[in-house]
Amino acid sequence: MTSRVGKITIRNPLLLASGILGESSGSMIRVYSSGAGGVVTKSIGMEPRDGYRNPTVYEFESGMLNAMGLPNPGIEHFSDVISRTKAAGVFTVGSIFGGDENEFSHLAGKMEAYGVDAVELNLSCPHVEGFGSELGSSPERVRSVVGAVRQAVRIPVWAKMTPNVADMGSIAAAAEEAGADAIVAINTVRAMAISARLRRPVLSNTYGGLSGEAVKYVGLRAVYEIGKKCSIPVIGVGGVRSGEDVAEYLVAGASAVQIGTAVAERGPGVFGQVADELSDFMEREGFSSLKEMIGIARR
Amino acid sequence: MQGGNLRIVEIAEVVKESPSIWTIRYRDPSPSKPGQFVMVWVPGVDEVPMSLSYTGDEKGITFRPIGETTRALSELSAGDRIGVRGIYGNSFTRTGGEVLVVGGGTGIASVIAAVEPFVSDGKVHAALGARSREELFFEDRVISAGAELHISTDDGSKGHKGFITDVVRRLLGSGWIAQVIACGPEKMLYNTALIAREFGVPGQYSVERYMKCGIGVCDACSLDGRLVCRDGPVFDGDFLLGSEDFGRFRLSPNGTRIPV
Ligand SMILES: Cc1cc2nc3c(=O)[nH]c(=O)nc-3n(C[C@H](O)[C@H](O)[C@H](O)COP(=O)(O)OP(=O)(O)OC[C@H]3O[C@@H](n4cnc5c(N)ncnc54)[C@H](O)[C@@H]3O)c2cc1C
Ligand SMILES: Cc1cc2nc3c(=O)[nH]c(=O)nc-3n(C[C@H](O)[C@H](O)[C@H](O)COP(=O)(O)O)c2cc1C
Ligand code: FES
Repeated sequence: MTSRVGKITIRNPLLLASGILGESSGSMIRVYSSGAGGVVTKSIGMEPRDGYRNPTVYEFESGMLNAMGLPNPGIEHFSDVISRTKAAGVFTVGSIFGGDENEFSHLAGKMEAYGVDAVELNLSCPHVEGFGSELGSSPERVRSVVGAVRQAVRIPVWAKMTPNVADMGSIAAAAEEAGADAIVAINTVRAMAISARLRRPVLSNTYGGLSGEAVKYVGLRAVYEIGKKCSIPVIGVGGVRSGEDVAEYLVAGASAVQIGTAVAERGPGVFGQVADELSDFMEREGFSSLKEMIGIARR
Repeated sequence: MQGGNLRIVEIAEVVKESPSIWTIRYRDPSPSKPGQFVMVWVPGVDEVPMSLSYTGDEKGITFRPIGETTRALSELSAGDRIGVRGIYGNSFTRTGGEVLVVGGGTGIASVIAAVEPFVSDGKVHAALGARSREELFFEDRVISAGAELHISTDDGSKGHKGFITDVVRRLLGSGWIAQVIACGPEKMLYNTALIAREFGVPGQYSVERYMKCGIGVCDACSLDGRLVCRDGPVFDGDFLLGSEDFGRFRLSPNGTRIPV
């Protein structure tokens, strides 16, 4: 089941997506022990942030919306979390968000010093002004942020894309040109929930991001489309809940996947279950390695 | 996704349990067990976790106004609409023998719903503690359930003068108690768990942590790798006393590990 993402080898292709249980070492170690190939931390910024008031989540049958508002303890306070997680042998990717290339470079340098295996640039949070997708919808700004981080660190740099743009392919291509080692797609889809009975939006921030089963088909499209424009590995995210979902992403061109919302549905044990389901699928379909599956829908 | 989808409910009744404690009742037939909680949304204010103090079709939450949201809740009246999500979390379970139910302050709201069903399986002692008699509530529910009531107040205005843990020690010393369940301030829970361990009595403790999502995604409520919203809020004493965080650390809203 070992999976390769560029130069990196992971024990399986199932990573914990950023922002889900990625704030405490206890939770990340538990997710890894439950069978994940590795974890991506919550997105960490320059300063501590409490995030938005509740309601910050809204659940429905096939997914959820969230507008957490990037709560995080700030990079200075995150060293202990990384060292505890790494000490337990967990493959750990540090997710970071910033307002410009200087902040991103600083954060990436800190993460590298703390000992992470790769950094993931959150260029895509759909509900916080000035960060994330505002930056991630401009190919020029993506190029300058990725380029600056590439200069600042030696570990692999992953760029996480927003689906809330007309042309994801050219933004991913800009990240590749600037030196990204992999593209991660997708972050959540900008959305909102309304209560007609209360005559108001539900989330305190009004707008939020849609995730879960409801966005799987947006994620598959993104991975397929990015794969046509880029030659670096793509990591698929969005609505993965079963081994067959993983197979769909691999066949669409992903080298690995991340799982977020399904952790709420099925608990941290979801990783072990999905890994078993993926092995069963491969056996039934006669695949002997992940590599044989990757991108075959594009050929 | 877990069947905890948001419901907008109309408040059926607001009850003042004591000069400083309010109960809000609303109709919601969702099945629930003692110890479980809901996320209560006061539109335009905030959404906070609250234990169910009544678990039947007419649900109830019981609280002391201590901050913006609980104050806003206390100002609502019958007919007003609020949002609820859940029913979330695990519950207290009866393991047999005589049981000691311990509630400190608003923690009484969480354990009270266990007293009534537990009485049908054997003797129940309920030890309720508060700072003063004004902050005590649900003594009547303990008595009408047929459980034995024990009271303590910090200022001695009712019952034993001192901490509820003094009462816990005395009752456990009798040797009859086979199980402890408790909810209250963490210091009280910690000391109760230590005393129960000393007497070799198994315990289940309902722990509070700051919560955002309530559904096990945001990690705000993490306690040594367990999620209070999903794996808890009720944990057994062995896990808690063996953990690094119980009685010592919690996460602040931004996720920094700080003293309890
Ligand atoms: C599972 C669970 C069940 C709960 N059940 C009840 C209940 O039945 N009755 C009840 O009155 N309260 C209960 N609480 C605590 C309740 O959620 C908080 O008191 C409430 O969030 C305070 O909101 P506020 O806006 O009024 O106060 P804020 O202005 O937010 O805070 C006022 C004070 O309360 C403290 N506080 C805030 N949140 C919490 C928290 N989660 N735990 C402990 N202290 C907190 C703050 O540090 C501050 O000192 C429960 C908490 C949890 C996690
Ligand atoms: C509660 C929540 C918080 C999230 N926080 C972050 C974050 O901090 N950084 C980030 O890059 N993505 C964040 N995401 C997006 C996820 O990492 C993922 O891209 C998205 O949810 C789609 O995957 P899923 O359908 O498996 O959840 C968050 C998603 C959720 C549901
Ligand atoms: S409150 Fe979000 S994980 Fe428990």
